[in-house]
Amino acid sequence: MSRIHVRTTINGDAVEYLCEAGQSLLDVLRDDLGLTGTKEGCGTGDCGACSVLLDGRLVCSCLVLAAEADQRSVETVEGLADGDRLHPLQQKFLDHAALQCGICTPGFLVAARALLEKNPTPSETDVRYWLAGNLCRCTGYDKIVAAVMDAAAQMRKG
Amino acid sequence: MALDDRKRAFKVVGTRVPRPDGIDKVTGRALYGADMSAPGMLHGAILRSPHAHARIRAIDTSRAEALPGVKAVVTSADFCRAKHSFNQDALDHCMAREKALYDGHAVAAVAATSKSAARAALELIAVEYEVLPHVTEIEDALKPDAPVVQEDRRARNAPEGTHPNVTHVVSFGHGDLEAGFARADRVIERSFRTAATHQGYIEPHACLASVTPDGRGELWCCTQGHYYVRELCADFLGMDTSQLRVTASEIGGGFGGKTTVTIEPVALALSRKAGRPVKLVMSRDEVFRASGPTVSSWSDIKIGMTRDGRITAAQAMLRYQGGAFPCGTVELGAMSAFAAYDLEAVRADGINVMTNRPRQAAYRAPGAPMAIYAVESTVDELCQELGLDPLEVRLKNAARKGTKSAYGPTFDDIGLVATLEAAKAHPHYAAPLCPNQGRGLSCGFWFNFGGNTCVTLNLDADGTVGVTEGNPDIGGSRASISMMAAEELGIPYDKVRTIVADTASLGFNDVTDGSRVTFAVGLATIEAARDMIRKMCARVAKIWDIDEEAVIWEDGCARPAGPNAGDFEPMSIAEIAAIANKTGGPIAGHHEVNADGAGVSFGVHLVDVEVDPETGHTKILRYTVFQDAGKAVHPDYVEGQMQGGAVQGIGWALNEEYIYGEDGRLQNPGFLDYRIPVASDLPKIDTVILEIPNPGHPYGVRGVGETSIVPPLAALSNAVARAIGARLHELPMSPPRILQALKG
Amino acid sequence: MQFAAPRSASEAAALLQAEPGDARVLAGGSDLLVQMKSGALRPDLLVDIKRIPGLDAITAEDGGFRLGAAVPGARLGEHAGVRALWPGVVEAVELIGSTQVQGRATVAGNLCNASPAADAVPALVAADAVARVFGPRGERDCPVSDIPVGPGRNSLAKGEFVASILLPARPKRAADAYLRFIPRTEMDIAVASAGVSLVLDEDGRCTRARIALGAVGPKVLLAEEAAHCLIGTKLEDAALAAMAEACSALASPIDDKRGTVAFRKQVVGVLAKRAAKIAQDRAGGTK
Ligand SMILES: Cc1cc2nc3c(=O)[nH]c(=O)nc-3n(C[C@H](O)[C@H](O)[C@H](O)COP(=O)(O)OP(=O)(O)OC[C@H]3O[C@@H](n4cnc5c(N)ncnc54)[C@H](O)[C@@H]3O)c2cc1C
Ligand code: FES
Ligand code: FES
Repeated sequence: MSRIHVRTTINGDAVEYLCEAGQSLLDVLRDDLGLTGTKEGCGTGDCGACSVLLDGRLVCSCLVLAAEADQRSVETVEGLADGDRLHPLQQKFLDHAALQCGICTPGFLVAARALLEKNPTPSETDVRYWLAGNLCRCTGYDKIVAAVMDAAAQMRKG
Repeated sequence: MALDDRKRAFKVVGTRVPRPDGIDKVTGRALYGADMSAPGMLHGAILRSPHAHARIRAIDTSRAEALPGVKAVVTSADFCRAKHSFNQDALDHCMAREKALYDGHAVAAVAATSKSAARAALELIAVEYEVLPHVTEIEDALKPDAPVVQEDRRARNAPEGTHPNVTHVVSFGHGDLEAGFARADRVIERSFRTAATHQGYIEPHACLASVTPDGRGELWCCTQGHYYVRELCADFLGMDTSQLRVTASEIGGGFGGKTTVTIEPVALALSRKAGRPVKLVMSRDEVFRASGPTVSSWSDIKIGMTRDGRITAAQAMLRYQGGAFPCGTVELGAMSAFAAYDLEAVRADGINVMTNRPRQAAYRAPGAPMAIYAVESTVDELCQELGLDPLEVRLKNAARKGTKSAYGPTFDDIGLVATLEAAKAHPHYAAPLCPNQGRGLSCGFWFNFGGNTCVTLNLDADGTVGVTEGNPDIGGSRASISMMAAEELGIPYDKVRTIVADTASLGFNDVTDGSRVTFAVGLATIEAARDMIRKMCARVAKIWDIDEEAVIWEDGCARPAGPNAGDFEPMSIAEIAAIANKTGGPIAGHHEVNADGAGVSFGVHLVDVEVDPETGHTKILRYTVFQDAGKAVHPDYVEGQMQGGAVQGIGWALNEEYIYGEDGRLQNPGFLDYRIPVASDLPKIDTVILEIPNPGHPYGVRGVGETSIVPPLAALSNAVARAIGARLHELPMSPPRILQALKG
Repeated sequence: MQFAAPRSASEAAALLQAEPGDARVLAGGSDLLVQMKSGALRPDLLVDIKRIPGLDAITAEDGGFRLGAAVPGARLGEHAGVRALWPGVVEAVELIGSTQVQGRATVAGNLCNASPAADAVPALVAADAVARVFGPRGERDCPVSDIPVGPGRNSLAKGEFVASILLPARPKRAADAYLRFIPRTEMDIAVASAGVSLVLDEDGRCTRARIALGAVGPKVLLAEEAAHCLIGTKLEDAALAAMAEACSALASPIDDKRGTVAFRKQVVGVLAKRAAKIAQDRAGGTK
């Protein structure tokens, strides 16, 4: 089976890879590029653990073919911090104990980042609906919502 | 080990410090089960039965083996017989032997050079099945002509004529029931049903196995108990446990579902056969079909109450099914059913029935939620009928210190009354309600567990301390353990680092379950710290050339015990550490214990709901959890356990269920139709932590992980009953059922 | 399996036509990739239409809007013009999946996938939307209600695909609304749903109504009798009750893991009633 040659940008870096036609972007990120921060909870779009930004849009990387990323840009949880400076969302997740097991955390962070870029002043209800596609089984969401609200407030202050 | 008698002002315990694994987890660096790879690694995949019950006549793997890229194919023939029947059940669950016992039961597995080749190979395995009649529901499995799921598994203590699917018969209680019911002004009997639910951890089971031809093995896996995984896998593969090293990865949730093996022995067998490392990761569909779930139940409850709300007698008959294997969970149900009450006459009987469903796994307070749901709903209905306040009735009948519990032991200090009082005093209990709204309340209980634990503390040359423990950290336990070590040693939290050791690096530890880690590992850590302190004091005594007893430990320093001991400047832990190697060698503290005294835990939940009378949709308006934590070591993570458990219970009450078709196949093996709560379904979950010290722990700690899943089932059911003026006796209370109940 | 990302509509049609096996259009992939993962579908060729120029545009046309087949739901939600003109269609599209799914899922994909429970479809049918089908023999227009023919089956011929969907212009004092029932608040597939589009006269009397029902039949149902109950009324309780009853009577759902026949029949009427009130309100009929 001939493989597809893809040139893309991941977290700002130019990346090339070969993929099978049916391979998901998630599989390539995790298995071929070593970017295991993006998690697989379901593989069918239901849990949000695999959330990434594709050309700035929040998507499930399990429902994107690796071949589709050609000439596009992909951002993952690994690209969230600026060097050794955590993104405010990352810091607030720590401050608010918004993670227990942490498997859902990368997806929540990427999704919350997309929210705050689009809407810097979300209400708690906005946050809950925006994040409804990110499942967390440990926390009951309370501390996650609080962390996102607090990060939004801090980011507004600049 | 008893509660310290001196009342102490905690310095570290009770604060909200950052967790040591935090940054790794927010940056994507933390390594979970599926995140590890090895050079030359193969990808595994498992072929699963499409039938609920079928005899496996033959398996032909030759075409799969011939596919390019395929390096190994295994079936049950590639495993040893297990040491005893419980282990054999665990193995048979991982790989079917003579019969496929449920939809999704593994029958063969392959390892290949790519995921796609492994998947393609599965389709080339030919299994000849003889399809047998199946049974998935408790009532059906008890019918005389029901298919027998496994022969010769009937409970030995079962009365003559009991159905062969009944594997356990249990009974608890005391007192004269008949006299008790005769004293009641009102006696009601109700039947309840609860569906099987899944733990729903977001991380599917995953592992990386490597076995070499000399019989040595390495296993990396997400588990709640790597020592237990080692024991089972070594048994199934005929290995010495010392030759199999198991390392627990970071774990993406377990809730009891990762307390046993699912794919780990299969990965090891594939690796052994292929001579290469093998990674095996379950899909979500496989997780639902072939791991977990909890038991489903069908229970009868009979309770008698006087006009003023005193319970005179209480009786339960619980029937659980835990899948295609014998399952003892009903015992925990029968023990916990009436734990919240001080009763003169009580009896709880239970049976377990086999069905063609996956082998149940523990799920947070296993066995308790469904039993207590039935009891708490019945109590609530009595309160409604007799016009009594449900909180007052609970208070009137509450178990307290000295109560002989329904399951036997007499309670020591427990927090139920304090928890009920806190709920009563909370503004939530008095807040007004509107039409179509209702408020529900329920008590919950869990035994908690201690168990086998080893901890080592190492003093480093710079005076900082490494803690080595052996229980996977599911929700911040490394932080709590570091806190207790720091507290005991009198040093700052950030001078301690706790790691979870692999099975070769530390003595045996029981599984992370029974809410045991903060209690038992904490206790062992405190004792290990005390051991280290004794050694440090002895070392200082040697340096000062005074008696060991003349040196005491205070605020992170060794000091002379008093003026008579001599005039010495205190030596800090850093100073002792700096010269340790020259004054007698390295210093470490150890403790090994089979901890008891875990101390039971009670919780009370209050919930307000609004039901849409035209659609049966339930909206949760307000939710408050009250729970006794003994001592909240890290309050954030205690609250997190309370909130997380409450929300799992909410899902159980409203929407989660295993749905089987006529064909015995699971119809909803995915998160789209197995509906766990999402963020927008929920209001804030308020928490009130009570601290009634556990007499069995030096700091008073009780386990907090499990109790919180128990009350939501009845709390929601009671709230819905009061909102719609009709009571459902079945979970989940899905909208069609609520609409049906509304129609009467 | 092969993957192709053609740069023109004719190239796409030619690829779809030439493939002897199963050729599938790939839009957002939120149905397709799930079906492939479960093994329900094993296409031989995927044709990604998102790189065809123009297909990712929302353009104004004769007082309405033309939605390119590659436009994801999130883009529609961000478009103030479409929101204002067809709020019911937009709310239906926005109900599809999560924020993540919204980043990918297309309206045309929702239509062509032909699930009886598809959320956009009843709203599109109520809105009289028209699909523009591109194929080896050129373009044709087709009412959206004729695209799905049964669960998972659509009327497109080999080589054809939907290039765009036209949401037509709308008279004054008209509006639409869409409601669905799900057990949770998000992330569920509709158990029953209703799209309602109304035109009112100066007095607020309903002069035209289109009601379409989802998840209560093998494909979307146009509830003409129910709509008729509203004509000439100001959506008084009696008219709404008659309309709801007509919806329930028309519904021919099945029992499945998501709901029962009785539940779906009752709830579809409730939803139609509530959606009609919202549409009326939006059209200014309650002022
Ligand atoms: C987690 C999750 C939640 C979901 N929730 C909902 C929901 O709430 N409501 C709902 O309605 N749906 C839901 N869906 C299903 C799906 O997202 C929608 O149906 C979506 O609109 C499909 O669009 P798409 O662009 O992703 O289609 P694709 O998956 O790309 O395509 C779907 C089908 O249509 C064909 N197709 C696509 N575009 C065209 C075209 N232009 N011409 C011809 N054929 C075409 C494809 O070949 C394929 O057979 C959900 C899916 C997921 C994964
Ligand atoms: S893994 Fe992609 S949504 Fe769950
Ligand atoms: S923290 Fe475990 S799933 Fe969210």
